[in-house]
Amino acid sequence: MTSVKTQQSRNDDGLAAVVPATAAPQVIKRRRKPLTWDKVSFFAVFLGLPLAIYLLFVIWPFIQAFGYSLTDWSGFSPNQNFIGLENYVKIFTDDIFMKAMGNNILLVIFLPIITIILSLVLASLVTVGGSSKGQIKGLRNSSFYRVVSFFPYTIPAVAIGIMWGQIYDPSGGLLNGILTGLGLDQFKDFAWLGDKNTAMIATMFVIVWGFVGFYMVLFVAGIKGIPAELFEAARIDGAGRFRTAVSITIPLIRDNIQTAYIYMGILALDAFVYMAALNSGGGPDNSTLVMAQQLFFTAFSKGQFGLASAMGVVLAIATLIFSGLVFVVNRLTGGDKDVSL
Amino acid sequence: MTTKVSTPEMKSLHFQPRTPATTKGDKVVGAVSHTALTIWTLIVILPLLWTFMSSFKTSSEIFASPFALPAQWKLDNYIKAWSEAGIGSAFLNSIIVVAVALVIVMVLGAMCAYVLARYTFPGSRAIYYLMLAGLTFPIFLAMVPLFFVLKNMGLLNTLPGLILVYVGFALPFTVFFLFSFFKSLPHEITEAAALDGAGEWRTFFQVMLPMAKPGLASVAIFNFLGLWNQFLIPVSINAAGPRVLSQELAAFAGQMGYAVDYGALFAAVSVTVIPVLIVYVIFQRQLQGSVSQGTSK
Repeated sequence: MTSVKTQQSRNDDGLAAVVPATAAPQVIKRRRKPLTWDKVSFFAVFLGLPLAIYLLFVIWPFIQAFGYSLTDWSGFSPNQNFIGLENYVKIFTDDIFMKAMGNNILLVIFLPIITIILSLVLASLVTVGGSSKGQIKGLRNSSFYRVVSFFPYTIPAVAIGIMWGQIYDPSGGLLNGILTGLGLDQFKDFAWLGDKNTAMIATMFVIVWGFVGFYMVLFVAGIKGIPAELFEAARIDGAGRFRTAVSITIPLIRDNIQTAYIYMGILALDAFVYMAALNSGGGPDNSTLVMAQQLFFTAFSKGQFGLASAMGVVLAIATLIFSGLVFVVNRLTGGDKDVSL
Repeated sequence: MTTKVSTPEMKSLHFQPRTPATTKGDKVVGAVSHTALTIWTLIVILPLLWTFMSSFKTSSEIFASPFALPAQWKLDNYIKAWSEAGIGSAFLNSIIVVAVALVIVMVLGAMCAYVLARYTFPGSRAIYYLMLAGLTFPIFLAMVPLFFVLKNMGLLNTLPGLILVYVGFALPFTVFFLFSFFKSLPHEITEAAALDGAGEWRTFFQVMLPMAKPGLASVAIFNFLGLWNQFLIPVSINAAGPRVLSQELAAFAGQMGYAVDYGALFAAVSVTVIPVLIVYVIFQRQLQGSVSQGTSK
């Protein structure tokens, strides 16, 4: 019994990660008890009820979407004809959708990297920026920074979008006010969201602004989970701050970074809310149009539900490919080495 | 680290606890760190303060100068946003929908996670992976069929329909998070409860659920934020129904092109932001703790 118990508790450690790598099913042999009303009703309600809702409102629509994507259904006519992969051909020859996909790829490349580097730097400053003598400790008053940085995460994305739309406003906005105040007069009446060269960058900044605090808190928690002895040992061995961050901190919170990367990437492939709030029409020259906007427009404005479902499938496959890539890259660069504590 | 090496000289001195001497390098690093963090804090906080300040200005004041303080600190914009723009009723709708959905999803999620974590039966693994799949697939894919599922059930554009969908989409995260929590609770306790004659129902509600309180609190906070901020689901399946806050806000901003009342728009944004911000500041300790529980194990 004791051996089973230690196995069990060791196994639990891995389960909080997004995909439990070590979550092999622990089969514990138990004596079979006779089925009672208590037990039957318990299983029916505890498992049946949640599963029914989940299957009906989540899984069933997902499955249907694959089916619809192969038809020319308009949503309001009863007849839907099976047209094979025609919708997919249409999507991939549609310049606007390809432009939107390109924008999503741009977002997927830059958003996670910028957000994670920035939040990792801020988290390191907060946790190990303190004195290099004596006990390892963080910066003084660091909890203030942490609390404030988290603010944007509590704000609805729509509100963030509207707020920044006003900040970027060419004439009455905060940004141009500050820039002209600093003497940069060329920015007077400059439309950040109306110029195709700056619209995407300005939009990306808004998303980064919204998420850095959240990932900073996540990384701070991860770094605090590392035992202080490790940092002390590194220091005794003569490692400086930078070396400690690269050789100790990052490898030990690698799983957190991977999780953050996947979440941020999935968000970048969606990005609907931010784009819709900042530039609902897709921006100048469609420079901020994303696949999700095109899907929404195709479905609910044009009523081409078959085509829209195919776009959804493309989006889902893109998400899966992205998550798979992150896993593979993490493995290849040594993420499978056992450095966890 | 604090072992004191006692040499003869030291014994004769008064022993003072050594405060670590701050080196010059430390001071530089400290200053740079504080500067960098202060800059980021300003980037976060200035837009919020500016929005709040602008919510008291009239439209002409906003256009005159982005920095000038409002001539009068009046609540006109808030009254306009709350009643005329419908932010008030949307606020109430949001509270109803999120509160009901949150209670349902916490109860159902806890029950489902408990069964999956504590009992092994054929298919339990499959159900668990089915839940994981729901976490990774983009919500977008489901929206079009979901529209018709609800339409056939007569729940399209109604708050109960919205609540059920919220429950469905918050369920995988809840189950996934609580699964590891219930798994870590010791088995002896269930056995003790069974010996004392508690049935399955009673064991769950009187023994296991109270023990899972910290986990429940963390998940509830994240679910609250996620559902409160939800935008895509309401605009897809509740477009013509009683609007929730994020929806109303977007609709209000959408009209702005025609009838410009920026002061009221800023007020509407402030009304959306401030209550959650206050709740966050009150519960921030709990929240910071929950992030670490969820991710750094």
